[in-house]
Amino acid sequence: MSSFVLQAAPQAETPEPDYLTEGRTVGSWLFTTDHKRVGILYMLTITLFFVIGGMAATLMRIELATPAGDLMSSPAYNKLFTIHGVIMVWFFLIPSIPNVLGNFLIPLMIGARDVAFPRLNIASWYIFVFGGTFALYAILSGGVDTGWTFYTPYSSTYANGHVIAMAVGILIGGFSSIATGLNFIVTIHKMRAPGMTWFRLPLFIWAMYTTSLILVLATPVLAITLILVCLERAFGVGIFDPTLGGDPLLFQHLFWFYSHPAVYIMILPGMGVVSELIACFARKRIFGYRFVAFASVAIAVFGFLVWGHHMFVSSQSVYAGMIFSILSFLVSIPSAIKVFNWTATLYKGSIRFDTPMMYALGFIGLFTVGGLTGLFLASLAMDVHLTDTYFIIAHFHYIMVGGMVMAYLGGLHFWWPKMSGRRYPEVLARLSALIIFLGFNLTFFPQFVLGVMGMPRRYHTYPEEFQLLNVLSSAGASILAVGYVLPLCYLLWSLRHGKRAEPNPWGATGLEWTMPSPPPRDNFASIPRVTEVPYAYNAQAAETEIRSEEAIHV
Amino acid sequence: MNPTKQNAWTLFVLFVLLAGTVGAAYVDVGKWNTAIAMMISTVKAALIVLVFMKLHRSGHLVVLTFFAGLFWLAILISLTLGDFFSRS
Amino acid sequence: MSEHATPLAHQFEEPVQQQEAATLGMWIFLATEVLLFGGLFLAYIIYREQAPLAFSEASGKTMLVPGTINTAILLLSSYFVANAVHLTALGRRREVVLLLLEAILLAMAFLIIKGFEYHHKIEEGLFPGANFHFAGTQARGVQMFFVLYFAMTGLHALHVAVGATILGVCAVKILFSRYPARLATMVDVSGLYWHFVDLVWVFLFPLFYLISHRS
Repeated sequence: MSSFVLQAAPQAETPEPDYLTEGRTVGSWLFTTDHKRVGILYMLTITLFFVIGGMAATLMRIELATPAGDLMSSPAYNKLFTIHGVIMVWFFLIPSIPNVLGNFLIPLMIGARDVAFPRLNIASWYIFVFGGTFALYAILSGGVDTGWTFYTPYSSTYANGHVIAMAVGILIGGFSSIATGLNFIVTIHKMRAPGMTWFRLPLFIWAMYTTSLILVLATPVLAITLILVCLERAFGVGIFDPTLGGDPLLFQHLFWFYSHPAVYIMILPGMGVVSELIACFARKRIFGYRFVAFASVAIAVFGFLVWGHHMFVSSQSVYAGMIFSILSFLVSIPSAIKVFNWTATLYKGSIRFDTPMMYALGFIGLFTVGGLTGLFLASLAMDVHLTDTYFIIAHFHYIMVGGMVMAYLGGLHFWWPKMSGRRYPEVLARLSALIIFLGFNLTFFPQFVLGVMGMPRRYHTYPEEFQLLNVLSSAGASILAVGYVLPLCYLLWSLRHGKRAEPNPWGATGLEWTMPSPPPRDNFASIPRVTEVPYAYNAQAAETEIRSEEAIHV
Repeated sequence: MNPTKQNAWTLFVLFVLLAGTVGAAYVDVGKWNTAIAMMISTVKAALIVLVFMKLHRSGHLVVLTFFAGLFWLAILISLTLGDFFSRS
Repeated sequence: MSEHATPLAHQFEEPVQQQEAATLGMWIFLATEVLLFGGLFLAYIIYREQAPLAFSEASGKTMLVPGTINTAILLLSSYFVANAVHLTALGRRREVVLLLLEAILLAMAFLIIKGFEYHHKIEEGLFPGANFHFAGTQARGVQMFFVLYFAMTGLHALHVAVGATILGVCAVKILFSRYPARLATMVDVSGLYWHFVDLVWVFLFPLFYLISHRS
């Protein structure tokens, strides 16, 4: 894979070698400390995990096309949804935007030559690969059937399968998260170019900063929780098992203290990307820049106060339930601020529907649906009815797939010319963005209805009356799969055959667009001095852009 | 004061506090035993953080980081205990 | 300049920036450690609240003298490391290496004493799990106490071992460095980690060894 990238880099036109051409051996990639190369390594790895998690989802959707369990047994189905959850959450979504786009872009956007700790950065990738290997081993040697939440005492005492291997894999992957988060926080604090004040930072940087806060503060709690599950399982000591004097709710508290904020790890970076895209393709400053920036901080902090809403139907005290419910409603305020401000940015903007913008607009719509259905689930009485139904599944897929994956793909298309030095076929890219949007809605909207009708999650059989909606959902999934395969094909194709990209193909603002595509090894010949607010799109810039538009869309 | 001298004095006070906390364990004051032990530990910890780790000379950002760690720990503990102690 | 300035890595523009980045990085890491141990402290609070008598009784089974000696050992080693940090900046190679070696020896002593305590507990049948046995009505709570005891002191002991290794690396690097003062940031940051290990023990000690009054 890496050699493919190497050959594709432009040679003749750039006199100085760029980051792709300055070393061509496999070793130059494996021992790199360049943040851009680390980002690319992460991209290759998480793409692999996305394919694995996606295949598990495909099998599940095929099984659910008919009411009977005719393709697999229920234990096999249990293992499939566990694989899907674990791989997609920890080995795709959490590292997706932070580790790929974040690694690549943070130093470029703030005007630095690299992250603060480049060796820690590449080490984090090795740790990630090591953890991923453990998870793959657990899958290949028989799998785990606990679901991604590892609820005790089932996971610690009764479950068959390789719970310990899987937990250790996630634990190790967690250390890579901590290393990345730590690196980003220090980088954003200490490596900004002169003049790059906090309120001149692109909103993507604010999003990465707040995401890193969550990574650093929440992940250690997951680590200790998984260690305790492993201890209980290995030695039969009772920490969470009630028959041994433990309290399973303690596990849920610890687990959701991490995993609820982790939901914001899986959306804040997407919001950051969308802020960049909306501003660029509406040719306007983001409306209420400071509100959007502080909304990220508010989401990161409030996100730590709401975890109990995952435990409304556990034996958690009703008083705690009420408090968690109120706090959960509060966290929707900063999210709503962001949606309103993006919409206000679009108002009277000179909007262009390039591929990244299509993803961004898709994000806003789908995230809004996902967020608003979250409010249903935050209300106590409603949640009792909807817990463990397909309504939950639909809700969080609207956030994670409709939100985060759309944003990741949007960001990937936006910065692809910068990363690869090549343009992709625009018409095909727009088409696939459309296919993904349609396929996604067809897959997951019926699941809202199924959930309200009472179809429980995590079963591979269901009563006949649910079949129509399930068939719709499975059909949507196949469309969605086509939508995902297309970018994989044409992006790879573009590496060799795509038109060479100019330094700033979108006419965007931001330091990353001031350098050649792809950037040189050390990013900046001399560290820039920043004198401007971000998103200084003005009428003149918009006009230049419109004139060059014909040249881009051949 | 010369830092090495300051460190030596701190060590001396830490040892006194250690003797104090062990000694206090021999006096039965019911529920207060734990409270006293925790207070002594907090003083010891404060000495280590301020003198040995030089927190007060490390800049606002480091102080903020330190208290962020403690604050988030407080969130974890208080909200969880809020549940455990309000169950009927 | 040359003797005291740490060589500048390519991503940095000035030495102060490099030094501040390292210090901040370590403090952030320590914040993650606070939360790592925090989960265990939370478990401790909950289970002790559920079985106060059992915890008190179990605490009587811990060995006060080795525990106290170990506390003194860690405090003393922290003192040595604090001095080493100060003297590294002055470039006093010999003294720094000796101080670090003393700290490492103390760390080893700590681990040996800890191992001796563990051995004793396992012999007594107080290691939780299938072989646990405790005569008395509070067996369940006592077992929970020892689950936490082994988990928390075990995790702490792991940190002691890691910390001693880091100090060892520092000592070796300083021994062979032409300009020891250039390693000041490295020793400073390693020292922070070591003090944190000490800090955790300061809380573990009373929570496990000093619950019940010992008259």
